[in-house]
Amino acid sequence: MSEPLMSARGIHKSFGDNHVLRGVDLDVRPGQVVALIGPSGSGKTTMLRSLNGLEMPDAGTLAFDGGPEIDFSRPVPAAQRFAARDRSAMVFQHHNLFPHKTVLQNVTEGPVQVRKVPRAEAEARATDLLARVGLAEKRDAYPRELSGGQQQRVGIVRALALQPDLLLFDEPTSALDPELVGEVLHVMKSLADEGWTMVVVTHELQFAREVADEVLFLDGGVVAERGAPAQLFTHPREERTKQFLHRILRPLD
Amino acid sequence: MDVQLLQDSWWPMWRDAILGTIPLALISFALGLVLALGVALLRLSSRRLLSGIGRVYVSIIRGTPLLVQLFVIFYGLPTIGVTIDPWPSAVVAFSLNVGGYAAEVIRAAILSVPTGQWEAGYVVGMSHARTLRRIILPQAARVSVPPLSNTFISLVKDSSLASLILVTELFRKAQEIAASTTEFLLIYAEAAVIYWIICTVLSFGQDRIEKKLEQYV
Ligand SMILES: Nc1ncnc2c1ncn2[C@@H]1O[C@H](COP(=O)(O)OP(=O)(O)O)[C@@H](O)[C@H]1O
Ligand SMILES: [Mg+2]
Repeated sequence: MSEPLMSARGIHKSFGDNHVLRGVDLDVRPGQVVALIGPSGSGKTTMLRSLNGLEMPDAGTLAFDGGPEIDFSRPVPAAQRFAARDRSAMVFQHHNLFPHKTVLQNVTEGPVQVRKVPRAEAEARATDLLARVGLAEKRDAYPRELSGGQQQRVGIVRALALQPDLLLFDEPTSALDPELVGEVLHVMKSLADEGWTMVVVTHELQFAREVADEVLFLDGGVVAERGAPAQLFTHPREERTKQFLHRILRPLD
Repeated sequence: MDVQLLQDSWWPMWRDAILGTIPLALISFALGLVLALGVALLRLSSRRLLSGIGRVYVSIIRGTPLLVQLFVIFYGLPTIGVTIDPWPSAVVAFSLNVGGYAAEVIRAAILSVPTGQWEAGYVVGMSHARTLRRIILPQAARVSVPPLSNTFISLVKDSSLASLILVTELFRKAQEIAASTTEFLLIYAEAAVIYWIICTVLSFGQDRIEKKLEQYV
């Protein structure tokens, strides 16, 4: 088995008295898709944000390519924090597109302003990426002129344009109208097929089953169960996994 | 009614409005906005000392009359050897004043931008300062245009206080003409009409800007 691209160990995070993450381990190997599922409030978002420095865990370690570990129980130097952040790119639940910038400007902002890619080059690459998600003709539109599904696809392209090693998705379809979910999941599936490494928080169990290589069921701040989707969805070992799956698949029972 | 006097005083007063009142308000407002941005950022700082300085500044400006601030600078400071001419004194006082009021507007506008915008800035690799400049402030600027244009209109009216420190502007001219003709009611009413025309034009412009901005939210 190849070395993990990213390895998080024993992640702990509290908000005041609320001990949200209680020692979560998460390994992602290159090209792997890991799905994070679990009830609302179980800490999925917090875990994802801990992986790219939007949240500072209280304890635990994070390492890329088996390289030096960031130890969260000690003060993390800003340089280390930024280095880790730049390895991944997050796609948010509520896209968080920049409303005062066009689609193209949203996508090129990071490459041009931060990575110092020449504008023409960044725009050409952005246009390519937009074409791949079917939004070539929207490059000069503003986010408010797009549907929810289109906005979220732009959000994905903005993340791709950073050329990260790891894509992080936080329930990218849960704020969408049902008929718009498919177009976003399609894009995500094609990214997985292309070999992108992804960690996806999702309630779309069918997507997790078809696309993920590994599924982690988070409950009460710990990984209650982990396994291949075929096993975890059809023969969950833990009682709470069974109950959770049952609640999602048969909400009326 | 003395129509001749009305005619004779109309243009001299407009002249001092255009050469005195309006530039005084414009320059003070521009400088005041720069100061206000700094004070707003101080107030938003997570460092106790910095946010404390910002809070004290706003409290002093908002808790004291503008006229008193004007007198402290023009009549007070010479006592300790700092003598400033009428015009710059007025600019300093009005800028400091706008700095206090507009700081609160800008602070609220910055806070009104959703935290997700900050996070999106960080995710695309921007520092705190760059996210503030490129992502947050442009959005905050849109929110603050209506309240800031109110601040500006108030400033145009308040600039009449500068007449009390001998600045040549619309109201000082009115006082001079009134004193020499003793037509107090006529001349002061005429000055009021000129202020009213200026402010009406400004609030008309404000409406247009707001309509334009609405298209962007
Ligand atoms: N910034 C925060 N401040 C305080 N509490 C938070 C914050 N973020 C998350 N929490 C709390 O942490 C818990 C887990 O939240 P979250 O990670 O969003 O769960 P999930 O994504 O699985 O629904 C919740 O109880 C939530 O209220
Ligand atoms: Mg969540």
